[in-house]
Parts: sequence; C-alpha cells; structure tokens
Amino acid sequence: MAALDLINVEKSFGSNKILHDISVSLAHGEFLVLVGPSGCGKSTLMNIIAGLEEPSGGQLRLDGRDITPLAPADRNISMVFQSYALYPNMTVAKNIEFPLAMRKVEKSKRAERVKSVARLLQIEHLLDRKPRQLSGGQRQRVAIGRALAREPQLYLFDEPLSNLDAQLRLDMRTEIKKLHHRLGATIVYVTHDQIEAMTLATRIAVMKGGVLQQLGSPYEVYNQPANMFVAGFMGSPRMNLIKSRLAQANGSLALEINNADHPLVRIPLPAPSAALSAYAGRDVFAGIRAEAVRLARDGMAPTATECMFDARVEVIEPTGADTLVVLDLGGKEFTVRLEPDVQLKPGQDARFLVELSKLVCFDADTERRIA
Amino acid sequence: MRDHRASGIPLERILLYAVLFFLAVMFLLPVYVMVCNSLKPLDEIRSGNLMSLPVQWTVDPWFTAWSTAQIGVQPTGLRPYFYNSFLLVIPAVVISTLIGALNGYILTQFRFRGANALFAAMLFSVFIPFQIVLIPMAKTLGILGMAGTVKGLIFVNSVYGIGFTTLFFRNYYAAFPQELVRSARIDGADFFGVLFRILLPSSAPIIVVTVIWQFTNIWNEFLFGASFSDYSSFPITVALNNLVNSSTGVKEYNVHFAGAFIAAIPTLIVYLLSGKYFVRGLMAGSVKG
Amino acid sequence: MRAGALPKLLLSPSVLLVLVCVYGYIMFTLYLSFTTSMMMPSYEWAGTTNYQRLFVLENWRVSLGNLWIFALLYIGVAIALGLGFAIMIDQHIRAEGAFRSIFLYPMALSFIVTGTAWKWLLDPGVGLEHTLRDLGWQSFTFGWIKDSDMAIYCVVIAAVWQTTGFVMALFLAGLRGVDAEQVSAARVDGARSWQIYLHIIIPQLGPVFVSAFVILAHMAIKSYDLIIALTNGGPGRSTWLPSVFMYQYSFTRNEMAVGAASAVMMLAGIAVVVLPYLYSEMRKVKNA
Repeated sequence: MAALDLINVEKSFGSNKILHDISVSLAHGEFLVLVGPSGCGKSTLMNIIAGLEEPSGGQLRLDGRDITPLAPADRNISMVFQSYALYPNMTVAKNIEFPLAMRKVEKSKRAERVKSVARLLQIEHLLDRKPRQLSGGQRQRVAIGRALAREPQLYLFDEPLSNLDAQLRLDMRTEIKKLHHRLGATIVYVTHDQIEAMTLATRIAVMKGGVLQQLGSPYEVYNQPANMFVAGFMGSPRMNLIKSRLAQANGSLALEINNADHPLVRIPLPAPSAALSAYAGRDVFAGIRAEAVRLARDGMAPTATECMFDARVEVIEPTGADTLVVLDLGGKEFTVRLEPDVQLKPGQDARFLVELSKLVCFDADTERRIA
Repeated sequence: MRDHRASGIPLERILLYAVLFFLAVMFLLPVYVMVCNSLKPLDEIRSGNLMSLPVQWTVDPWFTAWSTAQIGVQPTGLRPYFYNSFLLVIPAVVISTLIGALNGYILTQFRFRGANALFAAMLFSVFIPFQIVLIPMAKTLGILGMAGTVKGLIFVNSVYGIGFTTLFFRNYYAAFPQELVRSARIDGADFFGVLFRILLPSSAPIIVVTVIWQFTNIWNEFLFGASFSDYSSFPITVALNNLVNSSTGVKEYNVHFAGAFIAAIPTLIVYLLSGKYFVRGLMAGSVKG
Repeated sequence: MRAGALPKLLLSPSVLLVLVCVYGYIMFTLYLSFTTSMMMPSYEWAGTTNYQRLFVLENWRVSLGNLWIFALLYIGVAIALGLGFAIMIDQHIRAEGAFRSIFLYPMALSFIVTGTAWKWLLDPGVGLEHTLRDLGWQSFTFGWIKDSDMAIYCVVIAAVWQTTGFVMALFLAGLRGVDAEQVSAARVDGARSWQIYLHIIIPQLGPVFVSAFVILAHMAIKSYDLIIALTNGGPGRSTWLPSVFMYQYSFTRNEMAVGAASAVMMLAGIAVVVLPYLYSEMRKVKNA
C-alpha cells in the first residue's frame, strides 16, 4: 500500500485552473520533491496535501485512508514552512510541544519527546529562548523539531531553505538528508531550486503551469528528461538544445545544424534508435549536457560512441572546479564543461569530442523526448 | 481567520451571521429611533412607542428644530448655530492642517537639538484634559478681545488641534522615501522647494485623513464651545444641548431628535464618503495604531 | 539635514503656542489651585487648602467613585466587545465593509448627539420601558437613568456604544498583522479555531490591548460632553465625574481654586496612564 496517493488532483480558482490532473503514488520512506518555476502550482499542491486548501477534484489517500475531506489536524501530517512560522509568544520548548499539547499527549511524555527531538537537532541549549532571539538556521531547526515532535505518517516541507543564506542552505540540506535516512520518514518537499531537488530526492516531480511534466528518479529526470522544459530546467548549466535536421545520407543518420551565414555542422549518429530513425528528414531538437563534451587534444580519436566536431570558442568562464566554455556551433551557442586548467582563448577554433550515448532528441513540435 | 477553505460547518457560519446581524441592528437602533421619532407628532410619541414607524408623518419637528426652536432666549432654531459651526470649522481645519504639515516637515527633515523632546511635548498635549486650560484661556481670550466670538473659537480649536495634525504629518513624512528628498536637494531645491514640490504633492492621503479627523473633532467639539462662546457664537453642539437640556415643561422629543440629527448630518456625510480615510485617522490618532 | 535658521523660525510659532497655551496654562491652573480664587482668579497664596477641601467634599468623592466605576466598566466592556467584534469580522465575512461601517459610525457623532439620542432611549417615560410595556411586556422596568444608583451605568452604555467600533478597528488591524503562516502551522499542528485564537493570535495582540487601554482610559477621565447631554450630572449629582465637578466649581459655584485643583487631579490621573505609554513609544521612535 502506498504511503501517499494523489489521484487525479485538480484545483481551480474560479475559471483559473491551477492544477491539472496530478497523480502520484508515493511509497513509504520516499523523499518526493516537487520542483518547478514560480507559479507552477507546487505550493498549491502542497497546501492541498496538508489540507489547508481543498482540491476542486480528485482524491488523496494516506496509507490507504481517504483524507480528502479531513481537516489538517486530522490527517496525521506535519509541515515545515518557508518562514518557519514559529509561535512568537512561546519558548522553543513550548513551540515544539504545541502539536503534542493539541493532541492531548500526557505531560511527562510531552517533555520527554521535546527533549529527544531537541537532542536530535542539537538545539537543547535553546529550549528556553523565544523565536526572536534565534538566528535563521536555529529557527529552521526549531521548525523541523516541531514537525518531528508528533512522528506523523507524512512530512511536508515548503521551501524550508529559501530564507537561509547560501552556505547555511548547503549545511541544512545535508542535515535534512541525514534526518531522512535516520527516521526513514516519508517526505514531500517543495523547492524551486533544482539542485536541492537532485540532491535530496528519491523521486522528483517536475511541474509547470499546474501540469506534471515528469515524475522520476533524479537520474531519469536528469538524463532522460521527458520534454524540453524538463531538459532546460534541470541541471546547471542547462542542457544545450539545438534545433537540427535529421538527415539521411548513404543509409546512415546525421544531425545537421544548418544556419544561414554559417557552415554546415554535421554530426553523424552511428547507432540511432528505431524511434529516432523514424524522424529521418525532419527537424528535431538535439539535447546534450555540457559535461558530455571534452576537448580533443592532439592525437585523440573519438571512441565508438563519440563524434568529433569543430567549433569556435566565444566565452570562457572559469568556476574554479571546472571551466565552462561557450562555443559557437553552427551559429548557435553551445556550452561545454571542461577541466579547470584548460588553455583556450576566445576566438580560438578548437576540436571537441561529444559522447553520443548521452544525446537526447526532442520532437520539434511536441517538445517531447524521442525515445 | 485567514482560512483558505470555505470556513467550517454551515451552522457555525449561520450563527455568526445571525449574531453580527443582531449586533448591527442594535447599533443602528438609536439612529433609527432618532429619525423615526423626529417625523412623528408629539402625541404619537407619547401615546405610542419609540420603535413604531410614524402613523402620521410630519416634517414639522425638523422645521421647528431648524428655525423656530427656543435656544436660550431666542426662538431661532438651530440654523444660525449650524452656520456658526461652519464658520468655526473651516478656518480651524485649514489653519491646523497647514501648520501641522509644516511642523511635520520640519520635525522629520531637519535635525536639531531637542527635536524629539519637542515632538514628545506636542504629543502629550494631545492627551491633556482640556479642563485644565479653561480658566487661563478664558482670561487670554478676554485680553485679546476674542471672548464670546467665533474667532476666539477658531483660535482655541486651531491651537489644540496642532498637536494632532503635527502627529499625523510627522508620522507620514517619517515614512517618506528619503531618496526623493535627497535627490531634490542635490538638484538644488531649497526649504520651500522640497516642501511644495516633493512632499506636499505626495501628501494627498494624509491631508485627507487630517482634514477628516479635524473636521469631525472640531464640529463635534463641546467643551470649548460651552466655555468660550455666547449666544451669538455658539457652535451647534452647544445649541443642541441648550435646546434639549433647558427645555422646561413640555419636552418636545421629536424636535430634540430632529435637532440631534441635524447636528450629526455633516460628520455622518463625511464619514460615509471617506470610508477608509476615517479609519486611518482613528488609527493614526491612536499614536502607533 | 541640519536645521538652519528658517526651519527653526517657522517652527517657533507652534512651539510658542504649545508652550504657552498648553504647558503655560497648565502651570497657571496649577498655581491657581494653590490660591484663594473664588469667582475670579486671585493670586493670594493658600497653600494646600484647596486640595484638602477636595478630599472632604462629598461631590468630589462621588465624582471619583463614579469615575472609577465608569472607567472600569467602559474600558473592560469596550475592549471585550471590540475584540469580539473584530474576531467575528475577521472570519471572511461577506459585506465585511458594511458591518465595519455600521459598528464604526457612532465615532463620527458628537457626544452631545449620542447623549441626546440615548437620553430619551433610556428614559422610562418615553424610551425602552415605555416601548416594551406598550408592546405587551407590562411588568418591564428600566428606570436606571432616573435612579441615582444606576444612572452611571447608562453613561457606560452610551459610551460603549460610541467607542466599541474604534476598539474593533484597532483589534482588526492587529489580527490582520498576525503572520498567516503561523495560523496554517497551528492548523496542521492540530489546533481548533478557538485554540488558535487563544494560544497564538491573542497573545500577539498585547500592544493593541495597551493602546486601547491608554486611549479609553484617557477618554474616560476627560468625559464631559456625554454626561452633560445624557444626564446633565443627574439625577441630582449622581453622575458627576471629575470633569463635571471642575466645570461646576470653577464657573458656577465660584470656587475657582477648588476647580483648578480638580483639573490638576485630572491631569495627574491622565499623566499616570499616558506618560509610561508615551515614553515607550518615543523610545521606539528614537531607535527607528
């Protein structure tokens, strides 16, 4: 039995449809991340799961139990909010204790639970302080503590790291991942940061305009994006998407990037799939990640799955850990990720090797991936 | 509660609306009674009850209240005093608002020693019981030759309005974006330049709030009116009280109600038209509302 | 920007007016309270005789007693009702604007108008008692306004009617200042509506309670217009408040010094309530 079932969930405000037919099945212990740009409906979906808003259609089931008509208090879930939402007039201890007090848990058990949660999150020394006396990171921990107090069936995290500064965000991200492993908890997590999604999730739900674009593991979403939106949204730098023609010549397929004023760039595809072959003669969008390309040094030859091509260097962006190079490929911009100590200059022509097994192609009209 | 769901059980909602409706009726009752009974002939009030609609509608009480009722020794009705109130209110509002704007500007845009103490002193002046200034003010008005005149009332109401108006403008200008003032200064604007070209043009909301607040307060004011005016210069509140309290013998309730409503109309109209500005005045008038 | 001569010059008339007409006059009245002034101000020193006289005068004791009852009830009921109204209106009511307008309009009226309306509403001969008897309830009595012991409660009723809308507006603003996410968090934590108000929302309204208290208390001490219009201090002197006492003794009974002393006492009462509040507000202004 799934831990959480979203069945055909829809939401409209008046004539404005916010969520279109969302269906997800979450197993116990999974970490589901809802990710997407602002306005994609992820927060609305989270509010619906929490019970803070009613869906216009569809059903929600928690451990098989239909929770759709239930108030938030009756759903056995906990939520961590973006602004932490700590109760300002209560101490940290009382904040963590609040959900237990509302459930009428016995006083001694409450105190015990508060202590153990505080120990887990290393905030024991803060128990007597008020929220206004805490730093952002400390408040975050208290918010998480309050959610942990009740040991619910499901945890909801609504962009909990957005209000933290960059370094603290990375530290807390790791903490959350560690917590997940320790507790084996079932978590639904909302963020607009795709790196957070990749590092934390067991499965990612990419959303846009209220529609579920793809539901899959981080590997799937990254390497086999269902459509061009997912391809462009996940990963930094974004996947290179180049419009090209799938030309057939001498019984073999090749990608032809043909821009006016630029020489033709031809990338032969030695082992295209059957679905791709069906697109012969048509336009497709070719997708290649920046890290699937390497600089061809003197004497290097392409392997069986690689192809060699020439391009002109436009911009060099050293990041310290590597070098991002923007190339001019047949008139289009193409970003590649190279070693940190590569010696290239803007304006220079160079030769590169691209790993074709990492190539994904998209239908030029539907924008969906060609299998 | 800011609840996204259509709140709660329908029964709770029904109860809520029922209670609110009942309370609304209770609050409107006095006005209903006032208007209703001001349109009845006197014997109908005495023989019937206050809640019933007039059987025999008459506007005589209104005419009486306006032009023939006995106020003090003169059977002039409330009309001359209604005009007195306007003669008092308009200059007093204008003066106190202008001075308040000037003070608010100076207190927020210029630093000088004692600025905060000065503001605190002005703020406290808003809270004092005005009984404490009655005797010396009476003397002063006598010396200035303004005793018993509308001019005297204008003076008094303006002086004691400055505290409020300064408070309003000061708080407003304190929240004003400083970059606009700074860039105007860099562009060469002087003292009056900043005031007339930058601050005042953006001051419409606070001017409206201040004018409404001052109009309401000064129109409704009674103590100064009772203490410093005579029969020629009564404001309408004093005249109304005179009408109601000094009538011996037959009490003409209907005339009293009509008179009260006449006195209430200007501020009620201002209230109904001004909506949120009235509320803002109330909030600002509670210092840090 | 540092103030040059011009701003200081333009500010000085107001400064002068406030110094003279507020603080100067207070000093004058204070001085008078130590003199032998009767019908006119006199400057002959009389020590504390006037204050001593205050404390033995029956009228003053009645006034103080009335003020105590009036203030306590007025403040307590207005705050309770104001908070209650605000909570009800905060529940996403349709026609919220209309309800707010209805509860708030009495604030636009003069106390004289309010007093006049309620004077006859509460009069047993023509008001509530007469009306209900006329409608069938023969044994109903409501003669409070004519009863020396109960008349002060009529003043409370009229005053509460006038000001509850204002307190409601204060609390409504306070309620809407509470972070909505805290309310969501409390709902997820299992709290029912009343628990959320009790444990989370109302505790955050502390500053509003203080503001409302200070303003209502100072209005109570200054109350004059309403008394005059509603009961004119009567029946007899049973609804006298310090403000009525001051006016009567200064201008009608020709004991100006005693009147001045009573005014000073009123000021002292207000100062006790308002000064700590102003002090904390000014601290916030300075730190801003």
